[in-house]
Amino acid sequence: MEEFIGAWTARHGKSRDRLLPLLHAIQEEAGYVDDAIVPAIAQALNLSRADVHGVITFYHDFRRAAPGRHVVKLCRAESCQARGGAAIEEAAARRLGVPMGETRVDGQLSLEPVYCLGLCAIGPNALVDGRPVARVDAAALERIAAEVAA
Amino acid sequence: MTRVFISRDMASIALGADDVARAFVQAGCEVVRTGSRGLFSIEPLVEVETDEGRIGYGPVGPQDVAAVLDGTHGARLGRVDDLPFFAGQQRFTFARCGVIDPLSLADYAAHGGWRGLEKARGQSPQMVVDAVKASGLRGRGGAGFPTGIKWQTVLDASAATKFIVCNADEGDSGTFADRMLMEGDPFCLIEGMAIAAHAVGAGHGYIYIRSEYPFSIAAMRAAIDASAHIVAPFTLEVREGAGAYVCGEETALLDSIEGKRGQVRAKPPLPALQGLFGQPTVINNVLSLAAVPFILAEGAEAYAAVGFGRSRGTMPVQLAGNVKHGGLYEIGFGITLGELVNGIGGGTASGRPVRAVQVGGPLGAYFPPGMFHLPFDYEAFAQAGGLIGHAGITVFDDSVDMAHMARFAMEFCAAESCGKCTPCRIGSTRGVEIMDRIIAARVPAQSGAGGQIAPSRNGVLEKALYSRAPDRIDVSVEAQTRLLRDLADTMKYGSLCALGGFTPYPVLSALDHFPEDFGAPAPIKEAAE
Repeated sequence: MEEFIGAWTARHGKSRDRLLPLLHAIQEEAGYVDDAIVPAIAQALNLSRADVHGVITFYHDFRRAAPGRHVVKLCRAESCQARGGAAIEEAAARRLGVPMGETRVDGQLSLEPVYCLGLCAIGPNALVDGRPVARVDAAALERIAAEVAA
Repeated sequence: MTRVFISRDMASIALGADDVARAFVQAGCEVVRTGSRGLFSIEPLVEVETDEGRIGYGPVGPQDVAAVLDGTHGARLGRVDDLPFFAGQQRFTFARCGVIDPLSLADYAAHGGWRGLEKARGQSPQMVVDAVKASGLRGRGGAGFPTGIKWQTVLDASAATKFIVCNADEGDSGTFADRMLMEGDPFCLIEGMAIAAHAVGAGHGYIYIRSEYPFSIAAMRAAIDASAHIVAPFTLEVREGAGAYVCGEETALLDSIEGKRGQVRAKPPLPALQGLFGQPTVINNVLSLAAVPFILAEGAEAYAAVGFGRSRGTMPVQLAGNVKHGGLYEIGFGITLGELVNGIGGGTASGRPVRAVQVGGPLGAYFPPGMFHLPFDYEAFAQAGGLIGHAGITVFDDSVDMAHMARFAMEFCAAESCGKCTPCRIGSTRGVEIMDRIIAARVPAQSGAGGQIAPSRNGVLEKALYSRAPDRIDVSVEAQTRLLRDLADTMKYGSLCALGGFTPYPVLSALDHFPEDFGAPAPIKEAAE
C-alpha cells in the first residue's frame, strides 16, 4: 500500500487538501482504509496520525474493515420512507440474512444505509454494487438476492 | 436511420433506461443519450425523431422497440413539450435538460449555450454583478441570500487569489434538481461558474459533489475536460464528498475541500472574505450558478419579470415521495403548495389521501393539507414556520406516523451532526430519547390501558428511557412534550448552523400540526374536515 500511496502522491501532489481524494483512491483500490496504513498516509501528506484518523472516522463513506463481496445500499431518507422504505428495509434484512449496517458472516455481502440517492420520486431506492435500482419491492428484492448470491 | 432520444439520468437508469437503449441500438437506431425531461412516471422515456417533432413513448421496456418504432405502442405520448406537466412550466434553468446530449458542445451552443458568458466577458465585472443583483436571484441552496450581494462582497475584497465554489452536496431527501442539471446540462453550470469567475476575479473553481451521485461526478468531470478551452483561463475541478450530510453547509464544505473533517466554522469571517484556504470565495448552490447564464443572456429584467414578492425568477420545484407524478417542475415563485401537490403531482402514488408534505428536505417543516394555500415564496414559508430550502416537496399519505418522522429528524441530526456545537451534538441525541418516551407513552393511552406499563416493555425503560435517575423524571406525554419544545428552542437558537438550528422545524411542525400522533387530542379544525 505504501507504494500505491507514493505513486498517487507523485501524480496528484501531497498538499493537505489531497487527503480526501487519496482516501477515496485507497478505498477504491483496497476496498477499505486499514488502520495499519494510517501512519503511511500521515507521513505522505505530512499530517499527524490523529489528524488522518479524525478525517477517516468523520466521513461515513470511509470503511475501516473490508466490506462484503457485494454491497447493497438502501436509502433510509424521508422520501423513500414515504414510499414504504421502512418495510422494505426490514424485508431486505430478512431476505439477505444480514442486519442493516452489517456484513454477513460469510463475507458475501454488506447491507448499508444511505441517506438519499436523489431518486426521490421513484423510491424505495437501492444501490447494488453501484448500480441504481428504483421502486424496490418484494420482486426486486428477489432479483437483488439472486444477484448478490453469485 | 431513426434517431431516438433516451435519458441517461441516474433516475432513468434506475428504472431501466440502459436496457431500453441497448435494445434500440440492436434494432439499428441511432440512440442519443440525453438528460431526463423530469417526469419520472413516464420513464424510461423514448423520444423518436419524426417530421412532426420528437414523439415520446413511456414508460417503455426493451421488449417494446418494434411497437415504438412503428408508432403503435400504447404508451404514445405525442410531443413531450405538449404534455400538461411540461406545458405549464417556465424552464429558464432547465431549458436544455432532457433535450440535448449533455456532453455535446455543439448541442449546447446550438441551444443558446455560452451566450451568457460571451456577454459577461464583454462587460466589466461590476456590470455583471449589477445584472445579477437586478435579477433578484437569491441563493437556491435554501438560505435565500441575494446572490448579487455575495458576489459584490467578493469583488470588493482585495486578494490575489479568489475561488468559486459550487455546492453540489445535495443531501436533502426529496431534492434532485442539482443532480438532474449536472447530468443533463453540465455545461450550464460550468458557464455559470465561469461568469462568476469573471465577475469577481477568480481563477479557479471547485465543484463539491456528494459521493452518492457517481453519475453527476462522471458527467461534470467529462464536461470540464470538454469545455476547458472555452472557460480558460478559468480552471475547474470536481471534489467528491464522502457521505457527510453536514458538508452541504457552506463552511463545513470548505473545510472538507481543504482535506479536514467537515466541521462548521463560526461566522464571521464570511466565506466571501475568508473562505477557501482563507481567500475570498463565492460559494453558491448549483441552481444559483446555473440560473446565471440565462440572466446574462436574456437580461436581468427577463428573469425578474416572473416571481412573487421578493422571490424573483423561477424555482425548479421537485415533487417527491409518495406522489403520483413526481419529478422536476420549474415555475415562477408564487404557485401554491396545493397546486403543486394535487394539481401537478396528482396526489399520492398510493391513491390514499395526502396527510402531510415536508418542504425543504430533512430540515424543513411538515405541512398538513390545511395549509396548501401557501404560495411558494421564501417569506411566506418563513412566516408559516417553515422554509423552502432547496424546493423539494416530499408527499406522505395517511399511513404516516408523524411522531416517527419527528423522531427520525432527531435521529438524522444525531447521525449527521459535525459535533462542533453542543445544542446540535447533544441535543439531537436527547431529542431521540424524548421522542422514544413520547412514542412509548402514547401506546397505552391509545389502547385504553390507562397508562399502565405494558408487559412487553421493560419497566425502567417505560418510566424514563435512558435516564440514570428514572424515578425523578415525569414521563407523561405532557411533560415530555414540554421538554421537547424547550430542547427545540435551545437547538434553534443555540446551534452554529442550520443542521441543529433547523431540525426543530420538522419536529415542532409535526407536533403542532399533527398532535394526535404525539398522544395529544387532535386539533379541532382537523376533526371538522
